[in-house]
Order: sequence, then structure tokens, then C-alpha cells
Amino acid sequence: MPEIEVPMPKLSMTMEEGELISWVKHEGDQVRAGDVIAEVNSDKVEMEVESPADGTLVRLAAAEGEIVPVGAPIATLETEAEDLLGGILGAPPGDQPAEEAAARPDGGETAAPPPAGEAPATEKAPAPSEEAPAGPVPVVPAARRRAAELGVDLAAVTGSGPDGLVRVADVEAATAPEEPAAREEPAAPAAAGDVEEVPLTPMRRVVARRLTESMQSAPHFYLTVRVDVTRLLELRAELNRQLSAGGQDVKVSVNDLIVKACAGLLAGNRELNVSFGGDKLVVHRRVHIGVAVAVDGGLLVPVVRDADRKRITELAREAGELAGRARAGKLGGDDMGGGTFTVSNLGMLGIEQFTAVINPPEAAILAVGAAGPEPLVTADGQIEVRQVLRMTLSIDHRAVDGATGARFLSQLKDVLEQPLRIVA
Amino acid sequence: MTATGTGVETMTFAEAIRAALSLEMEADERVFVLGEDIGVYGGAFGVTTGMLERFGAERIRDTPIAEEAIVGAAVGAALCGMRPVAEMQFSDFTAHAMDQLVNQAAKVHFMLGGATSVPLVLRLPFGSGTGAAAQHSQSQEAWYAHTPGLKVAMPSNPADAKGLLLAAIRDPNPVVFMEHKLLYRSASGPVPAGGDPIPLGVAAVPREGGDLTIVATGIMVSRALAAAEELAAGGVEATVVDPRTLKPLDEATILERVKATGRALLVQEAPRTAGFTAEISARIAESDTLYHLLAPVRRLSGLDAPIPYNPDLEKASVPQVPDIVRAARALLEDG
Amino acid sequence: MTTLATSADDARRVLSTMWTIRRFEEAVDELFARGLLYGTMHLSIGQEASATGACLALRDDDVITSTHRGHGHCIAKGADLGRMMAELLARDNGYCRGRGGSMHIADVTKGNLGANGIVAGGIPIAAGAALAHKLQGTDKVALSFFGDGATSEGAFHESVNLAAIWDLPVVFVCENNHYGMSMSVAEVSRLEKVADRAAGYGIPGVTVDGNDVDAVHKAATEAVAHARSGQGPTLIEAVTYRWKGHSKSDQNLYRTREEIESWRARDPIERFEQAVRKAKSLSEDELKQVRDQARDAVREAVREGQAGPPPSPDLLAAVYAPSEVDARSGGEAR
Repeated sequence: MPEIEVPMPKLSMTMEEGELISWVKHEGDQVRAGDVIAEVNSDKVEMEVESPADGTLVRLAAAEGEIVPVGAPIATLETEAEDLLGGILGAPPGDQPAEEAAARPDGGETAAPPPAGEAPATEKAPAPSEEAPAGPVPVVPAARRRAAELGVDLAAVTGSGPDGLVRVADVEAATAPEEPAAREEPAAPAAAGDVEEVPLTPMRRVVARRLTESMQSAPHFYLTVRVDVTRLLELRAELNRQLSAGGQDVKVSVNDLIVKACAGLLAGNRELNVSFGGDKLVVHRRVHIGVAVAVDGGLLVPVVRDADRKRITELAREAGELAGRARAGKLGGDDMGGGTFTVSNLGMLGIEQFTAVINPPEAAILAVGAAGPEPLVTADGQIEVRQVLRMTLSIDHRAVDGATGARFLSQLKDVLEQPLRIVA
Repeated sequence: MTATGTGVETMTFAEAIRAALSLEMEADERVFVLGEDIGVYGGAFGVTTGMLERFGAERIRDTPIAEEAIVGAAVGAALCGMRPVAEMQFSDFTAHAMDQLVNQAAKVHFMLGGATSVPLVLRLPFGSGTGAAAQHSQSQEAWYAHTPGLKVAMPSNPADAKGLLLAAIRDPNPVVFMEHKLLYRSASGPVPAGGDPIPLGVAAVPREGGDLTIVATGIMVSRALAAAEELAAGGVEATVVDPRTLKPLDEATILERVKATGRALLVQEAPRTAGFTAEISARIAESDTLYHLLAPVRRLSGLDAPIPYNPDLEKASVPQVPDIVRAARALLEDG
Repeated sequence: MTTLATSADDARRVLSTMWTIRRFEEAVDELFARGLLYGTMHLSIGQEASATGACLALRDDDVITSTHRGHGHCIAKGADLGRMMAELLARDNGYCRGRGGSMHIADVTKGNLGANGIVAGGIPIAAGAALAHKLQGTDKVALSFFGDGATSEGAFHESVNLAAIWDLPVVFVCENNHYGMSMSVAEVSRLEKVADRAAGYGIPGVTVDGNDVDAVHKAATEAVAHARSGQGPTLIEAVTYRWKGHSKSDQNLYRTREEIESWRARDPIERFEQAVRKAKSLSEDELKQVRDQARDAVREAVREGQAGPPPSPDLLAAVYAPSEVDARSGGEAR
């Protein structure tokens, strides 16, 4: 007699598998169409499986307690009833086309806007952050556009609106020719052949304006230390060796380690992570460190956000990537601005020591010089040759006291001289 | 008021609608009208006055108070080759008929894979200002605009009423035709004779000005124009855009006009939350029009409350001309 | 006395339709059980006689509206089985190009204005169709199938009343299978018979044994003639029973196995075959032939359905019909 398979039936719209709770009929039993042969459970609902036809249950293919997918056989029925669909059921139609269509964005109309339109809406809209300067600087959309048209770096534009909102007027002011500063800017028309007049690039204009503003409004106070970086350099070398052995393509620089050290200190003690706010001191809860990058025609300071929360390798990778983009002229407005502290390093140019101009509205900037071998007197009076560099901290004396600055710099020196404390 | 085929006549909003209905019924025997009290009574707002005598009781059909059957019968008739124009006496009563409108009419073309469509028009007298109170004064165009498969027209003046109704009747899809009841007798204007439809999906720009763009629907169009005059006296020039159809929406014109001024004021009578101006605002925000804005988009709408009975409260519930003027001035100070 | 059973041609037609419906529904049942059908299905196994008897009384150019349990009506009104099955299998060659599914199958060319996912949704539409026929001056009739549950809906009341006062050429056929989803008829109405409601609208009402295809056919024929001659609507109540649950999620908690069994013993197809044997209009071989042909037609339909391509993912193309008065004509309104 012919046999048909009894499948685990789909007993509800969403059922995909069932647990066979118990067999009501057993091997060898005669059954009629519609007789309950088993009880199954799916999605916490108990349901009954009926025999599809009159016949004999010759084989049970699933055990009590077994979980069987819908459509898979649970028993074999010997029956004379005809198998209506026998032999014509091909492979299941795969995932329902309806689901495919649903998964694919329909027609492009509703899907299209999000990729293009979403970016501006989410990036540009100033997200409510914990404190004013964190997150993208609020810019009236038209001002953002104007800045792009003029090639103005928004991070360098001071917004005249509430919470630093940048308006179109602010952007245009950033590029307009300045009125003569206190010091005269000789526009002396010398003999035509002796001089060449080169128009200022927007970047130079911005740099000129900002640095003048910084120097004129913030009383700069400078502190310098010598740091024995012998162990720092050894740590770096070891770190890079391990990274390379581990197949990582990132290289950690001394500057990365310095940035990380500063970030850690600033997070622990926010006295330098501030901005002078006229009638108040604005204390930043998050630590965003600007890393100065020299580029053709000037200086750019992309910002590594939440530097204290990033691992060394992350930070190194990000700083490297930002520097690369800065040199290629591909930094966006959101890459700059919002920093709470800056590190500027001229060590690669052989400079021993220098003083840097603070980036408003920050309250401090660290200038790092080149490391080189120097004789140092050790604790027990011996003279040893060690790798030494000099760092100079400029602070805005309106917001930070000399002693506070000194404490910071001293702590930084300690950390760098016992470099494992950078990651502690 | 005879249609001469050429020229222009001055008519009221109600007369313009009647003119369109009559024109189409003359030209196309498939068109017929059904609704409550539209025959002998001439319609609650007098729109179908005289049509029973002209076209007879077969084609101007008074119905019992049975909104679901009115719309359902329109669906069935439309499926079988007719072009019914059904009227809900007040738009608020459409709630009775929502199954036939939303689950049947709107979806037939799609559910049947394009095999057939439902060419019906549902005329809805809507809006506040007559003291009819909460259940007879609503503006629910957002419901219909939100239903795929329906088209929604909202003329603001007699000429547009006629032209859009002609298009609505000729369109093979179900069209919800929204008629603000205050306009029926008070709005009067030049209406072209003849049977030229105004295509659905084309906005009108009845006023141009460089300082701000006001997008208004329904009766808010005339209020916006009045406000614009007042603003002009103070040196502020406004562009006024009338979308005319909410679905299909002439997005391009709206965005273009907003870009040109950088300031958008969206005005609707309907309650604020999830109203149609929210859709227009979203369209502005998700396009590059955003970059041209000098200030955030401003919406002026009805209160999120049922329409009250007391006349002063009723007026205060929806934007009036001084509200539009005030909002425009505030918008200019923004940003 | 001539009945359908006594005429060989009629008997063959009737049995062919009923067996096709039965086999089609069984195939759907099995396909669903194997997880090959999406969504849910509402099967009309056991109700073949009411669909067959009623549609037999109609002309090809008459129209019907149907319910969520509409496969039988659709088949009885001459649908293409392959396109029906393809729709259930969500393929592009289905009646709705995969966009409607079981509850929205329609064959407008054959006068089937569609199954309907809303209870009583088709009743006003049938009245409207009848109105169209009347306005167009034809003598076409509309027939509305609905269940006992639908008679609780406002749409039923409004539509029957409208049809009554306007003498619309529509026949209202209530397939009383004793249960809405789980509520029995007795729980939802004080009337013993659904047909008693007819008096409330001033129209004729008649109750017949819905499992007696001949009885259904007689009542329908009379009602169709009544409508066609301009005398307005009739309410026919065909008392029947559905063997399977309301839908594929139904665990049948509201009725007993005994009740289901007792109705299965009164299988409408078996009854008619007995009547045919008694009248000797068809031989056993011919009976088997009809059965086999029905089975083969359904098998072919499954093959055809399975071979169909998936539907086009361009969902927006069919929301609106193309329009010459729409600036965005081409069918997409934004």
C-alpha cells in the first residue's frame, strides 16, 4: 500500500517549528482522517496534529520532546487515500517573495532620501549635548553653505549667536578684509619691482585673525619642563614591535603617547580643561584634544574627541588619519572645533623648545620639542646620557593660575617618565 | 450662469462646484451624484441646487443616512464602469465610511495588481467657523493624505474648485475633494467657462515676494494673502504658495519658493500634531532646501483640541489673519 | 421533477465545480501545512454546495462579491485555477501579481469583484455594482456572498436597506456556517434564522439547506429572476458548515469534534453523488472521471503556480492607476 509522509504542519501564521509534546496515536495504530495523532507546542500554544487521511501509522519519525521544523516529516502513514500533491511539490519557494520585497527598500522613493538627506539632518543639527561646546558647532544651515562656498573653516569662525551659533554674517566677517589692526599693517606701495603682493588665502586670514585675537585677549603664561623620555621611547618601540607582530598596521608615535597622557590627566583633573567665559569659567566635562598639523600654507588643528576614553591604538590610528586628511585638505568642519586642549609638536623639525599660541576658546596648549641625547644627573649623583625633550605649557592666565599650570605640567612629566602610567 | 465655452464668469465657490458637476454630467453619462439631501433639498450647503430638476432622480440620488453604504455603493458602481461623485454631508461623517474609503477604494488598484481601479470622487464639506462645533467642523485631510491609494484636493477659490473637480472626476483613482464650508458663499471670483481641468499635483503661487514664503492650504490661502497685504504695508513682501492638491503634492514648487526666500511659514487650519504641514516641513528639512534656510521652519496650525462652540473660542482655535501676520514677523526676526 | 442531479450535463458541471473547490482547498491546506504558503488561509471545505448552487444561477456577465473565505466563490464563478494558486503562492502570475493574497483575489473579467478582507466589506460594493447595472440600463445582477458574522456589521444593514429602497438588482446570500470566528450565531443574534432579518427591510427572505446544492440553486434562480426583473433584492440564507477552523490559527476551541464529525457525515458532495446515483444520470466511471479531472486540474494549478516568477519589487508602480489629469501621471502620486 502506498505510504505518505505526515509533515509537522504549520498550525499558525507565524509558526516555523514545533515541539512534539506527545504521541496520541502510536506505531501500528489505525487512524481516520481528522483523528488527532499528536500534540505539539509552538510559541507556547498547544495544538493538535490531525491525520491527513485514513490509514495506518506505520512509522513515527520524531520522538517526544523533539523540535521539528515545519514541513519536516514526523510520521509515515500507509494509506489508500490519494496523495493529492504527491510528486509535484518542487523545492520550497525559498524565502517568500513578499519578504524579499519588504526587505528591499521599495522603489527607491522612500529609500533614497535617507542616505543623502539623513547625513545633513543628523550631523548638522546640533545634538543636545551635555554641555555647549561638545558635538558639532551649531551653524545656521545657510551659514554652513556659505562657509563651504568661501572655503572658510567653520571651526575658526566665532559665532555671534546664542551658544556660539554661527550665522552667515559671522562667516562673511571671517573672510572680509580686516580693518587695520592696532599695529599698522603697512600696505605701503613700494616700488613695483621690489615686492610681490600675494593675496591672503582664507586659511591665512583665519589664522591671522584668531591668533591675534588669542594673543590680545588671553594673557599667556608659560611653563617649561625637561622630560626624560628614555623609557617612553622604549615603551613606544616595544609597543610598535608588538603591534606589528600582531599584524596591526597602526604605529604609535611619541606624540600619540603624549596626547594620551594629557587626556588622562585632564579627565582626572579638569582645572585645565576649561574656557574663559567672560563672566564665568566654562568647565568641559569631556576631553577633546586638538593635534596640530602643519599643512601647506598654514596650520590645522583636527580634534580627537574623548581622547581619554580611547585606547592608545585607537587614538594613534585616529590622529594619524586626521593628520593625513588635514594634509590632503580633506578635513570637514566637524573634524575641527570643539577641542578643549591642544598639543603642538615641532620635534620633527628639530626645535628644542618653543612657546605656542593658545587656540581660543581653549585655556592651554602644550608645545613639545625634539627628543635628543643629553647628560642628566641621576638620583645618586651619577651622570648618564638619557633621551630628553622639553615641553612648554602656555596657559590662559584668566582661566588658569600659574600654580595650577605648574602642577599639571609636573604631573605630566611624572607620567611620561614612568610611561606605564599612561595606560594605568 | 451658462457655460459658454469661452470667457470667464464670476461665481461663488459653491456655484463653481455645481458648474463642474453639471459640465461632467452633461458630457459623461457615467457620472452621477449620491449623498444625503442632495436632491430636493439641494444639498446641505446648496451646492447641488437645481441639479435634480436638470438631471433627474436616477443620477442625483438622495440616500438614507448611511455613509458606509454611500461610499460602498460608490465603490461598487465605480468598479462596474460608473463615475460616482459621493458626498458626505459633513466631512466628519466620513468616519462612518472609513472601511469603504480606506480599506476598499484606496486599495483595490494595488491589491488587485492593477487589474482595475476605483474612479470615484468623495466630496467633503469641512472646516470650522460656522458654530457647528466639534463634530461638524473638523479638518482631517491628513488622514486621507496618509492613505496610499487616495488623492486629496483642497481648492482655495472658485476657479480652482471647478478645475480641480473636473480633474478629480476624470481621474481613474479615488479622489477626496475637500471643500471648506466657509468658502461656499463667501468666496467669489472669476471662473473660466469651459471644461478644462486643472491637473492634480500642480501648486499655485498667487503672490510673490522676497522676504518669506507662506505655504497655506484651504481657507488659509485667502487669509495668508490678506496677511501678506498687511505685511507689505510694513515693507515685508511675502510669497504665498497654494499646493491645491495635497496628494499628489507639488513638492518642487514649494521647495523652490522656500529656497528663494530662506524663510518658510506653513499654515493650516487642522490641528498641529501630525498635520499635513508636518509633511511639508519634513520635505523641506530632508532636501537641500535646508541649506537655504535662514531660520527654522515655522508652522501655524489649529490647536490640538476639538473645535469649541463659543464663537470667540472657535476663532481662537484656528489661525486668523492677525496670527499669520504675527507669525510672519516673528519668522523674520528668527535666525 | 427535474433537479440538478437528474440532468447529466448539470450533474457533471455541478460535481466538477464542487470537486474542484474541494480539491483546491485540500491542496491549499496541504501546502500551508508544509509551510509553503505565507500568511493565512480561510478554507471553505464543506461549503462547496452554496458557492456552486448560487453561481450556477448566474449569467457570465453577472457579478459577485465575496468574502475572506472566497476560494470557492471564485472557482464557482469561473476563475483560472493556475492564477489563483499563483496568487496564493505570491507569484507575479497570480491574479493580483502577488500583491493581494488569498483575501483579495478578484477576476474582474469574469465578474468576480473580489474576495474581501473586511467582514461585510463586499456587501455595499455589491449594492453599488447593482446600482451601476441599473443606471447603465442593463439587466445584469449582482450577488453578494457573506457569512453569518457579517450580518452584525452596519454595512450589512445599510446596504440591504439601500438596495431595498432603490430596488437594486442584487441577491444577498448569507452562508450561515454557524460561527463567525468563534462566536456562534446564537450568541450574536436573537433571531433563529438570518433570513428573518429580511422582513426588517421589506424584502423576501428564504432559508435553505446550504449543503443541498439543488436547494441553493433553486432559491438563487428565483432570487436572480426577481432581481433581474427589477423587483429588487432577496436575502437567501444557506445553512452550511465549515469543516476546518476559521483560519490557519484556529484551534477549534469553540466547537466539539463531535459537532464537526456530524457535519462531515453530511458532506454536500457525497449527498449530491448519492442523488446522481439514484437518478442514474452519471455512471460510477463518469463520477470517477469528474473526480480525477478535478484532482488533475488542481495539481496542474499547483505546478503552474509554483513555476511563476516572484513579483516585481517596484511596489509604488501600482498604487495609482495612470491618469491623464495628474501632473505626475504614470501612476505615482507623492
